[in-house]
Amino acid sequence: MNEQAQRLLRAWRTPKGWRYWSAVNNSQVGLWYTITAFAFLLFGGLLALAMRIQLAIPENDFLTAEQYNQVFTMHGSVMMFLFAVPILEAISIMLLPEMMGARDLPFPRLSAYGFWSFLIGGVFVCGSLFFGAGPRGGWFMYPPMTTQYQPDVGADIWLLGLSFIEIASIAAAVELIVGVLKCRPPGMRLNLIPLYAWYILVVAGMILFAFPPLIAGDVLMELERALDWPFFDASRGGDPMLWQHLFWIFGHPEVYIVFLPSIALIAMIVPTFARTPMVGYGWIVLAAVGTGFLSFGLWVHHMFTTGLPGITIGIFSAASEAVAIPTGVQIFCFIATLLVGRVTKSVCLLFVLAGLATFIIGGLSGVMVAIAPFDYQAHDTYFIVGHLHYVLVGGTIFPIVAGVYYFYPLITGKQLSERLGTLAFWLMMIGFNVSFFPMHITGLIGMPRRVYTYPAGMGFDNLNFISSIGAFVLAGGFLVFLWDVLRPKGKQPVAPRNVWNAGTLEWLAEVPDQPWGVRCIPIISSRYPLWDQENFVRDVDEGNFYLPDAEEGLRETLVTSTVEATPIQCLRVPGPTFLTLWAAAFTGGVFIFGTFHWYIAAGVSGVLAFATILTWLWTGTAIIPEKAEKDVGLGLTLPTYVSGPDAVGWWAMFITMLGDMTAFVSLVFGYFFYWTVHEDFPPPDAEGPGVRWPMISLIATLVAWGMMLLSKKLNRRENAIGFYISTLAAISLALVAAATLVAGPWLHNMDPTEHVYQASVCVLVLWTVIHLAVGVVMQLYCVARRAAGKMTHRFDADIVNVTLYWHFMMLTAGITGLTIALFPMVA
Amino acid sequence: MNESASQSALDSAGLSAERIAELFYWMSGGATVIWIVVIGLMVYAIKSRREHSAKMTSWLVIGGGAVIPTIVLTALLSYGLAMLPDLQRPAPDGSLSIEVAGVRWWWRVYYTSGQDTNGQATRIETANEIYLPVDQPVEFKLTSEDVIHSFWIPSLGGKVDMMPGRTNRLKLHPTRKGVFSGVCAEYCGTAHAQMRFRVVVTDQETFDDWLTKQGQGYQENSTVTVGEAMFFSRGCSACHAIRGTSADGVVGPDLTHFGSRLSIAAGVLDNTPENLTRWLSDTHSVKPGVEMPEFHSLSDVEIGSIVAFLESLQ
Repeated sequence: MNEQAQRLLRAWRTPKGWRYWSAVNNSQVGLWYTITAFAFLLFGGLLALAMRIQLAIPENDFLTAEQYNQVFTMHGSVMMFLFAVPILEAISIMLLPEMMGARDLPFPRLSAYGFWSFLIGGVFVCGSLFFGAGPRGGWFMYPPMTTQYQPDVGADIWLLGLSFIEIASIAAAVELIVGVLKCRPPGMRLNLIPLYAWYILVVAGMILFAFPPLIAGDVLMELERALDWPFFDASRGGDPMLWQHLFWIFGHPEVYIVFLPSIALIAMIVPTFARTPMVGYGWIVLAAVGTGFLSFGLWVHHMFTTGLPGITIGIFSAASEAVAIPTGVQIFCFIATLLVGRVTKSVCLLFVLAGLATFIIGGLSGVMVAIAPFDYQAHDTYFIVGHLHYVLVGGTIFPIVAGVYYFYPLITGKQLSERLGTLAFWLMMIGFNVSFFPMHITGLIGMPRRVYTYPAGMGFDNLNFISSIGAFVLAGGFLVFLWDVLRPKGKQPVAPRNVWNAGTLEWLAEVPDQPWGVRCIPIISSRYPLWDQENFVRDVDEGNFYLPDAEEGLRETLVTSTVEATPIQCLRVPGPTFLTLWAAAFTGGVFIFGTFHWYIAAGVSGVLAFATILTWLWTGTAIIPEKAEKDVGLGLTLPTYVSGPDAVGWWAMFITMLGDMTAFVSLVFGYFFYWTVHEDFPPPDAEGPGVRWPMISLIATLVAWGMMLLSKKLNRRENAIGFYISTLAAISLALVAAATLVAGPWLHNMDPTEHVYQASVCVLVLWTVIHLAVGVVMQLYCVARRAAGKMTHRFDADIVNVTLYWHFMMLTAGITGLTIALFPMVA
Repeated sequence: MNESASQSALDSAGLSAERIAELFYWMSGGATVIWIVVIGLMVYAIKSRREHSAKMTSWLVIGGGAVIPTIVLTALLSYGLAMLPDLQRPAPDGSLSIEVAGVRWWWRVYYTSGQDTNGQATRIETANEIYLPVDQPVEFKLTSEDVIHSFWIPSLGGKVDMMPGRTNRLKLHPTRKGVFSGVCAEYCGTAHAQMRFRVVVTDQETFDDWLTKQGQGYQENSTVTVGEAMFFSRGCSACHAIRGTSADGVVGPDLTHFGSRLSIAAGVLDNTPENLTRWLSDTHSVKPGVEMPEFHSLSDVEIGSIVAFLESLQ
């Protein structure tokens, strides 16, 4: 190994001993993330087995009703929130940079923070079950059952614990979007990126718009539970339907969020074993994007039986069928690829085919239930249980198992056993179908879902018994798979490099792998560079491309332009730290202590989290480099610091704020939803916030925003005094804006527990005031950075990003002001 | 359990259920064919060693993935959604109308019949059992007194949710006489599994007799006076009503004609004296979470007399 390579290795070395847990590199964090997600899968699987034991015979007493209700609630919640979504993020964090020849994702510490949050939140939520305190409202948590009839802590654990994880999921989504858009190798134009990356881009985008409505719903529900704000209480103007809308606006895209990444794995595996590039690359991308869009227009098909008008039902019925078309296109692209290529057999491919064959059954039964009249019978029965497991096991779990067989040699250097794999395959296939196929019939002969027992003699007995046997065979298959993954492989020879002879960049990895991700960052001119580009592997190994060295001993990767992937920056990415672990622990503390109403502990934890995150930002972000630009190889010189739309940080802020706006818009949607369901909204005798105070607040925000833009300009012009004056003015005005916004409801004695109108106004005010407070913190941060010499006229990423935040702040304040002050006059 | 009480959507005994079952058979037939063709293609694609032109494969993707699904789905939507207006159309004016409210975990049922002295329709309250005349459309008005429930009689037709703060409606049209089972289909808490009811479809005459009888109040019965006294002294009347007596509780099901019902505890047990004894003494193991207290302090003799009284309420 030459000197260059050794320097590079030193920069990327994984910490040893207990410091190992301070690692933030995508390979480590991705691996922890994957293992944790699999652990939750096993836990969810054990819960499923408990349910199958209970239902094996009629009127069984293996579990009590309360236990069963907690178990099925947790099974759904664990599988969706702690396995299906995290596993896609885990695999992507682990592999996406490798697939794109990047050294790491742009924000390694954010990934680490997300992982620790996920671990802490997940253990907390699952742990509740062992104290008999688990949530028992179903994974869909319909109020008013969960707001008025379950006063124990279970529902709070669900709301707060999972919100914490949802925020971590959004953080990962931001990371992945920026990763795909900005951290590709030079030459990898948008039409050359691996299909996996396309899918992840779509899915991360979907997370960004699907999770915030759920978080908004969580906020409303927790406000009702903790403070008695009656959002879902029909006796005070609330409406349980609002929750259903918000939940399913999240819940339906969620299905595709967990399904598309698995299809993405298939899209990587199929060409490799067909020995040919994917047929219909463009079609697949189009179909993936189309599915992503359509999936946001289907949510009402979960609500066909709620008494909606026929026209609504007809429209959503048709839209739900339409999504079958892009799905069909993707499946036929796989078939066409298999047809064109010469297929080599492997366990990996077996699981892909099992996944597709199973998923198609789920898709077809999905087409059936999307026809509303049939859904009137099938809805909330075991038919749906059968349908959704065909979709999710076929569409998610089998492809992920295939992915494990495929990528295992890349991660560990050892291959899994084809013999054990075949055994696992047959056990899983047979077990799965024996367990879930009969459920379609069980449902149609009248067995509802979510029942802890059923009477004998209704025809349910044998079918349920068969399902239970199948479940255990399926579990046996998982045990074999698990053994294969975990068994000691010390004596087994190391797998050859690029063991499947694949064509995509991740297979550049050496065996055993080096921590640097990729020896140097290559120039790409093909979708399958390992197949098509001459001497590619040799050139990469010899360091003939970009960044083969780490002269300054710093971790570096390339940032490229969004469409053409021309290099624009040499990005220094941060290295190991425990800060992220502490930040996650303290943030977790806020949610966990909050659950039990230990508000002092929660407050302390919140202060610590705030301090830790500030330290993290202060010491780790927008660091002024020792030189403004550097030679990255091949005669190319790139800046080491950029701000504005070229910078990854700017993109992260922009994307985060899109998610934030989505949550806010969901709250505003709530306000207008109540207007549509009530003849008089606001109620004629209800006090409003008035016009004067909200308008004063809006004007103050507007001026504060203007001062912020001015601050950015003055900073760039090196007018230090002007900058300080302008920023401090902006801060004062923001505080005035917050105070006057609160003054409206306050001075009019609006009681948010009285009626949903008052509650809706107060929640918008609360949201906006919190955002103003965050905006003030950011402004103070800029002042401090400038004073400490960490922000200058040239290195101004902090204030550029803060200004971007303020654009969204202005939008939020504007919508709030117009809605609460002026809309009542129109309505 | 009453094995004749069918709960199957495929054992249809109502117009909606019949049409939906037919829809199901067509769709599952079609789905089977599609699955076999696609999987056949996939197997062929794997096994085949022949050269396939790029043009032919792009036809496959467009044809198989987009064109054929579009045609099939359009046909399916035209067939499936065409039945929607009829399913949703209210029953004609003058049809039997029944109000049902979901309560954790039982069903409060109101029939309207005849007129009182003020010309108002009289409402007759009963619980957990619905009589319907065969071959007549019936309009249900569905509400909830607490959480979301869903009203479902699989053999007669689809389900509709009972939402707090709203009144939903459902039209059914039974076509066959018999006893059927209904259930709550929306998870509603602890005893969701045991929120059931019976539906008795009879000829018009039997139905009319039944309804007339339901309208009558309590008839003195000298053989059960001990149980009657016990019923009041043990506080049962605080929650249960027996029309024609001072028992006017509204928290629990109306018991005016309890003895005539097929089941107890909302379709959980057949209505026999043994089961009723079990229900009164072992309430929470029969139906966990239920709000009715267990009467441990009562002796067997006392329970026996209450059972005799309740069973006499024909």
